[in-house]
Amino acid sequence: MKKFFIGFAVVSLLIAGVLSYFASGDPDGLDKTVEDTGIAEHAREHPFAGSTFADYALGGDGKFTGLAGVLGVLVVLALSFSLFWFLRKRSDV
Amino acid sequence: MHMSDGLLNAPTSIAFLAVAAVGVGFALVKARADLDDRTAPMAGLVATFIFAVQMINFPILPGASGHLLGGALAAILVGPYVGALCVTIVLVVQALLFADGGLTAIGANVTNMALIGTATGFLVAVALRKLAERGKGGLATVAFISAFVNTVVAATGFIVEYAIGGAGGVEIGKVALLMWGLHALIGIGEGLITAVTVTSVASIRPDLVYLLKGNRKPLEVRS
Repeated sequence: MKKFFIGFAVVSLLIAGVLSYFASGDPDGLDKTVEDTGIAEHAREHPFAGSTFADYALGGDGKFTGLAGVLGVLVVLALSFSLFWFLRKRSDV
Repeated sequence: MHMSDGLLNAPTSIAFLAVAAVGVGFALVKARADLDDRTAPMAGLVATFIFAVQMINFPILPGASGHLLGGALAAILVGPYVGALCVTIVLVVQALLFADGGLTAIGANVTNMALIGTATGFLVAVALRKLAERGKGGLATVAFISAFVNTVVAATGFIVEYAIGGAGGVEIGKVALLMWGLHALIGIGEGLITAVTVTSVASIRPDLVYLLKGNRKPLEVRS
């Protein structure tokens, strides 16, 4: 059981840490739609656009995408695990 | 499919913030019944996996890409309520830590990807449960179809929101055509990723696949 969970976490780390370098940089379906229709002109800059890890980089440097990905994986894992562990039905009561 | 701030007007953004809050609140209440010592860690890993895979934009046309939304994937593996929470956590971390997806747009983004996407994926998967229980090929087919539909219907969420209060007054038919066309292609990628992921989990730990839970025959009681 433990092996499966560790394996699942390692797969996520590899995807975010390594495979992320091979991701397409083109706009996704929604971004493409708003760009082609001109709706994008109304988009406001993200309030945290200048933050350290904005756009899955480190200080705007895309060389560190993998690092940002690994950090994101760890943050999502910690947050979601804590929430779901807290919400679960206790079997030991 | 992360909207930036400003694409929807303020009242619409606020309205969908309320929709998202009600939906996530409902999911929080209902999720408890689906979480135990075994499924809670699984749910954390499903959220983590969705975050990782969402980083991988795959090309669909020259100049356009798509990425996994994860609603059907989460719903099939951990159920609709826990699944909606998984996608919500991912969207919140993306918006706050990585400036991906606007802050006032978070309500609409959660509504589309976490609520509509997960609910749609789950409903389609449940409707096809008989096929999913027929073995690996059946499960893969159900995963593919429910993920494809989840992508297209989540895209429809944006079309509706834009029709209600979008900026720029672009003709809605034009928005709909582009959104549906592009997301039909993205839906194929979403379907493939979901089919591979769900069948992989099912081949190692079938007991951790929520959709197949009814599959375990209850003990026969003779009287």
